[in-house]
Amino acid sequence: MLLMNKILIIVPAYNEEESLHGAIQDLLGHVPQADILVVDDGSCDRTADVARQAGVSVASIPFNLGIGGAMQTGFQYARTKGYDIAIQFDGDGQHLAAEIEILVDALQKGGADIVIGSRFLNRGEYRPPFFRKIGIWIFSRVLSAIIGMPVTDTTSGFRAANRRVIDFFSRVYPEDYPEVESLVLLHRAGMSIAEAPVRMRDRTGGRSSITPIRSAYYMIKVLLAVFIDLLKK
Amino acid sequence: MDIVKALAIAGSATVLFLVFELIRRGRLKERYALLWLFSGLVMLILSLSRGLLEYIAGLVGIFYPPSLLFLIAFVFLLLITLHFSAVLSGLSEKNKRLAQEVALLQQAMEDLQRSSEPCGKECR
Repeated sequence: MLLMNKILIIVPAYNEEESLHGAIQDLLGHVPQADILVVDDGSCDRTADVARQAGVSVASIPFNLGIGGAMQTGFQYARTKGYDIAIQFDGDGQHLAAEIEILVDALQKGGADIVIGSRFLNRGEYRPPFFRKIGIWIFSRVLSAIIGMPVTDTTSGFRAANRRVIDFFSRVYPEDYPEVESLVLLHRAGMSIAEAPVRMRDRTGGRSSITPIRSAYYMIKVLLAVFIDLLKK
Repeated sequence: MDIVKALAIAGSATVLFLVFELIRRGRLKERYALLWLFSGLVMLILSLSRGLLEYIAGLVGIFYPPSLLFLIAFVFLLLITLHFSAVLSGLSEKNKRLAQEVALLQQAMEDLQRSSEPCGKECR
């Protein structure tokens, strides 16, 4: 299955010199047939060097654009180089390279345009903290209502996209907290969305800066953006 | 001529003069100067003609006509800052595209350099 398509794994990385090496080795070990592009989002540390030493391609953005701008760079690369499938795989080592196959299989067999790796489907061992849980629940409800089908993990950064979505994302991609919003945009553009169950590692370098106030701010901002998206055009 | 009128005329004339100067020296693009010129001009006309100012103030129910000047100046400033926000949004989008293009070009260059080396890193 994996052999038939040209697959690009996009690894957005911002100051990930510590975890990036592990993530790349994980990818090289589990999906050797795929190409890897690390998008260094204006890191001030040795992120780009770590990637180059591992022998993978690096696109270094001259300053920090945020995850949205970084991912879009990856999709632009995928479009110009004619990849069939682009996979978002975070550079912090949270995702399991072994599970890329699950996403790709779901993408090819299910006929969806994008497959989201969901931490809450089936074998969900992931237990988010209380406030994040509320946020995740609200996002899931709002998104499910808009899209018209259940979406359990709207903020997941582990996804596989086909050519249609690659083309779309290379032109339009939300900036600040793009995961939730991008789904609304895709739905509005007539793309189909599916989920597949994945697991997630706990952060190794404990640097999660999420506080209740920030979560609330993040939620309001994203919901606002989502509603504005619905009004656009 | 009362002091308020003199101040108003001096103020709007100064704005107009500054905007003209900036355009003349090429420091301000005409595209961004239009709103400034227009607001300066309106303020100047209303400052010069007390009759017109009183007439409009009467129409909207403002008892002290010079405060209409404040209202108009405020509305213009609001429009100008809104215009700036829109321009800024456009610029930040272009800036993002440029940064992405730079990143992709730099990557393509690294690819070229690697392929033009007589032998890959295997033989190093």
